[in-house]
Amino acid sequence: MPEAASVDYLEVSGLNAWYGESHVLHGADFSVRRGEVVTLLGRNGAGKTTTLKSIMGIVARRTGTARFEGRELLGLPSDQVARLGIAFCPEERGIFASLDVEENLLLPPKVRDGGMTVDEIYQLFPNLEERRRSQGTKLSGGEQQMLAIGRILRTGATLLLLDEPTEGLAPVIVQKIGQVIRELKARGLTILLVEQNFRFAATVADRHYVMEDGRVIDQFRNDEVETNIDKLHEYLGV
Amino acid sequence: MFELLGIPPQALFGQLLLGLINGAFYALLSLGLAVIFGLLNVINFIHGAQYMMGAFVAWMLLNWAGIGFWPALLIAPVVVAITGIVIERLLLRRLYHLDHLYGLLLTFGIAIIIEGLFRYRFGSSGQPYDNPLPGGHNLGFMYLPNYRGLVVVASLLICFGTWFVIERTRLGSYLRAATENPTLVRAFGINVPRMITLTYGFGVGLAALAGVMAAPIYQVSPLMGSNLIIVVFAVVVIGGMGSIMGSIVAGFGLGVIEGLTKVFYPEASNTVIFVIMAIVLLIKPAGLFGTPR
Repeated sequence: MPEAASVDYLEVSGLNAWYGESHVLHGADFSVRRGEVVTLLGRNGAGKTTTLKSIMGIVARRTGTARFEGRELLGLPSDQVARLGIAFCPEERGIFASLDVEENLLLPPKVRDGGMTVDEIYQLFPNLEERRRSQGTKLSGGEQQMLAIGRILRTGATLLLLDEPTEGLAPVIVQKIGQVIRELKARGLTILLVEQNFRFAATVADRHYVMEDGRVIDQFRNDEVETNIDKLHEYLGV
Repeated sequence: MFELLGIPPQALFGQLLLGLINGAFYALLSLGLAVIFGLLNVINFIHGAQYMMGAFVAWMLLNWAGIGFWPALLIAPVVVAITGIVIERLLLRRLYHLDHLYGLLLTFGIAIIIEGLFRYRFGSSGQPYDNPLPGGHNLGFMYLPNYRGLVVVASLLICFGTWFVIERTRLGSYLRAATENPTLVRAFGINVPRMITLTYGFGVGLAALAGVMAAPIYQVSPLMGSNLIIVVFAVVVIGGMGSIMGSIVAGFGLGVIEGLTKVFYPEASNTVIFVIMAIVLLIKPAGLFGTPR
């Protein structure tokens, strides 16, 4: 691996986060290198989504450190985090009902050069082009997920935070999303992926972290998944 | 001369014009309220006072600085919008996470203070403001004063211009999206707090603009806003809270209905809007163009 690629692109350590009085993250530590696809695995309530939202600045009360390209993110409001080149695709997809498909696609502003063009995104997701004038929330679940991913590809963000992009989708759509994630990796994007489905995660990721009770309790390279399959089953309760 | 249902046409069209002019102000004011409520979730009770301030700033510009109506049309809304921005930055901003009721109480209180200060300084009798566009046209069936015709046309242009910006442009898509989910819009890199401040300033500026346009028609008085704002709130409820098109259609429509009522059944002209409001609330509680939230 070349020297530059081994430098931590996103480095999270001792991350604590609270929703009101409830203490959700208890010192999470992990890192992502440039160009990697890394997953956060874990049961419901382990703190995976909160971790993404804390990096993004959506959870207000946080301590610890989260550095992106060496810059501290904690303390920045979420619009400034986004401007550094981080894009977030929420679990609930966040498609806007009062916007049509194309308006949804064009909503996130460009934060860096080098993002995909609208035509490239339509090539990746031809369904979206056919339905560009439909109300955003009239799309099927799979199409909404494609729109949610597609709209952050235009921005030029280099680190994508994807929260359970395959949740509740048909197997053929899950395959499509896997294919898209591999294509984005080939384009040099760095992806932090939250998943409950480690069989899907194993088809796209380089490394996996396992979270439980707001901490990272274990990690594997993707080629170690098979040898650790029993442990993973136990962690994830599947 | 022909007659319509026993009403002379001068009376009918005269009241129709009066209705359209009132409707022009209802529409401008309820539009500002709708824009503010949509994004801020605040029922802006200062709106009437801000309309009054618009008229007074125009009056002060004329009487204290010799600046006439046309420049005032631009200057007064900007001045009043800046006071609105200060209020939003210092006070309103602290209430967004609380119930609607807190914003309502705060803005209501500020409205009373502002009106009180103006009454203290100017008394409650009105000040005249000269018509900047005297003269008129005889249309055959009625006489149309130039300035009043201009007010109706200008209000329509401003209303549909605002509708176009919000519904058909990129900036408008930010506004609509931030109305639905401000957290996510902010996480895309848009400075939502600044957008909220500017939106409030814009809504306040609209109220002040209506005030400047009203100055030559009505008297410039500290109470001109509170007399109007009660009707405007009924218009907003009928059109649907936060609906842009609803406030435009309901504003003009109710102005005309009110005018016609003055012709056909004058006794009801002060209450007809509230009767319509009650009926609309019974049949469609979210208003004619509103969506339940």
